[in-house]
Amino acid sequence: MTHPLDRYLRPGMIPHIWCPGCGNGIILNAFLRAVDELGLDQDEIVVVSGIGCMGRVSGYVNMDGFHTTHGRAIPVAIGIKTARPELKVVVISGDGDLFAIGGNHFLHAARRNVDLLVICANNFNYGMTGGQMGPTTPSKAYTTTTPYGNIEHPLNLVYLAASLGAVYIARWCVTHPLQLKESIKRGLTKRGFSFIEVVTPCVTEYGRRNRMGEPREFMRRLREICVIRRGVDPSEAVIEADRIICGEFRDVDKPEFTQLLWNMIREVSEKASRGEIEVAL
Amino acid sequence: MSRRLDVLTGVHFVQGDIACAEGAIAAGCRFFAGYPITPSSEIAQHMAVRLPQVGGIYLQMEDEIASIAAVIGASWAGLKAMTATSGPGFSLMQENIGYAYMTETPCVIVDVMRGGPSTGQPTKPGQQDVMQAKWGSHGDYEVIALSPASVQEMFDLTIEAFNLSETYRCPVILLADEVIGHLREKLIIPEAEEIEVVERRRPEDLEGYKPFQPGEDLVPPMARLGEGFRLYITGLTHDEAGRPRASSPEAQGRLVRRLCDKIRLNRHRIVKFEEHYLEDAEIVVIAYGLPYRSALPAVEEARRRGIRAGIYRPITLWPQAEERLREIGERAHRVIVLEMNYGQMLREYQRWIDPDRIVFSPSFGEAIPTPEGVLGLIKRCMR
Ligand SMILES: Cc1ncc(C[n+]2csc(CCOP(=O)(O)OP(=O)(O)O)c2C)c(N)n1
Ligand code: SF4
Ligand SMILES: [Mg+2]
Repeated sequence: MTHPLDRYLRPGMIPHIWCPGCGNGIILNAFLRAVDELGLDQDEIVVVSGIGCMGRVSGYVNMDGFHTTHGRAIPVAIGIKTARPELKVVVISGDGDLFAIGGNHFLHAARRNVDLLVICANNFNYGMTGGQMGPTTPSKAYTTTTPYGNIEHPLNLVYLAASLGAVYIARWCVTHPLQLKESIKRGLTKRGFSFIEVVTPCVTEYGRRNRMGEPREFMRRLREICVIRRGVDPSEAVIEADRIICGEFRDVDKPEFTQLLWNMIREVSEKASRGEIEVAL
Repeated sequence: MSRRLDVLTGVHFVQGDIACAEGAIAAGCRFFAGYPITPSSEIAQHMAVRLPQVGGIYLQMEDEIASIAAVIGASWAGLKAMTATSGPGFSLMQENIGYAYMTETPCVIVDVMRGGPSTGQPTKPGQQDVMQAKWGSHGDYEVIALSPASVQEMFDLTIEAFNLSETYRCPVILLADEVIGHLREKLIIPEAEEIEVVERRRPEDLEGYKPFQPGEDLVPPMARLGEGFRLYITGLTHDEAGRPRASSPEAQGRLVRRLCDKIRLNRHRIVKFEEHYLEDAEIVVIAYGLPYRSALPAVEEARRRGIRAGIYRPITLWPQAEERLREIGERAHRVIVLEMNYGQMLREYQRWIDPDRIVFSPSFGEAIPTPEGVLGLIKRCMR
């Protein structure tokens, strides 16, 4: 039996490691459909991920895949993108990977406006290592390291990305697969730093400890609390235990880093070879 | 004939850090990512000026972790890539240096060493990262690290570092120190045609290519991203195709052995050293980097005074010529080891040379050994 997306899945890597009921597969599916519908050449895409359950995605795509160290997907992606601007470089990783250990890199990549699409699977905890608290864990939530309830304040990733100047920002839930796919298409064609947060159920770790019910029940709850709104300012894109505002929050243009970099390199190297700037020690 | 912009042939009077940057560009380096730190910042600054002139990329990253990460990405994108730092930054890079060994990513890491631990003495020399260069990242791996002792060698050994890195598909570390980095002396840059530059071996065709399937020299040819190979690069233990094998002891053994053996078994091709007056030497000084510069004139003076002294200088700190050092240890009455630390390489020499015959002379910070000081040591050993 074959599936229309089979050619986008790396041979020898399936079955994947994700738990039954995990939302990560929906994110992968939306990404592959977006690539397919845009008719992109899968040999011109590099998927870069960090470490974590979502981080395994770079091994599942039948494209160039880079499974970096924990938190370092973005700077590896910057190395690739600046060296080969013609490639589409997509970072897909978890909330802990991108915003705890890797938070500083996110900050600076967005600030520089490097042409990357960053997709964050926000499952409110560290799935891979056994459900510990992370920077997006809601206040009061139970995790293996917040056994008495989380006393920290979670990050609002959309608002954060907006403050850093990302040019495209969206948030979806895996209960919005079509909107997610369309949004990934927008992110893939947008020039500049694009960020898509995807709320996704970690049924095994987060769901169990916070009484989200069996996977179908968890999904049903997410569908209830994740509401799509149009034209909401990023500062009002709330993400709370009983209400998560989804949608597109920004789509603007500004000068992109790789292009500015290569414009400068071309100008300087041409001047240097024409002898218009001094090349000496 | 138009002038080459990447090889500035001629006689110059420059700093070691500048010579290092020029060596990198002459070797074909077209990507640099770094984060400023004394005493290596001049390398970054010079790269920021020079790389765009030759069509290369200079990036200043948010920290050293990002710098080495970007270097790894650029290397897989097909560029020769480098970063430069000092002790604190070198410490931050360690996890990704291990990743580069695991994923067999060619790149060059320059560490212009200063005093440590911690912030230590930022503007003073040290040889304090010698063991970190070997053991800094977790897991079994063999490294190649080179030790320049002059401005000329900052140029020459940086080229050598790139060549070794491309040959063996691994990071190569240049371990300089603050004085060599900041010293100004003569640099001769030869004609471009006289410089040997090695390019990584690439797969001959797409069909059946496995990115971690080694050739006879244990080194796999390396494909670039974006060429249809659909590479999977992971720091997990992997098979020849790059697929994770995170539970199989056989896969772990096979990969770790090969990663180490490609350096161990090619050691005779990698190791470099220099020695003088060793034929009949009773007293042998072992010194590398800056202390070598004081030790050589001291040994020459000792010879003039009829003392049978000799000198041995490892140029590759990792790996070293173990067999040669054993021979030296058997013949000499006394072996004086000079280091700008409190005994790092010393531990290696103690494995190869009878520790009772070794006289260790550490130095700290600016109190670098003088030729008179080393001569004094030699004379004391005569008694
Ligand atoms: C330097 C380092 N520290 C810690 C770990 C252990 N670790 C692996 S994945 C992970 C967290 C992953 O969480 P997230 O990014 O949210 O991904 P998820 O598994 O939830 O998809 C941690 C802490 C590691 N691999 N490397
Ligand atoms: S642990 Fe959670 S995030 Fe990881 S695969 Fe299972 S359900 Fe998904
Ligand atoms: Mg997570």
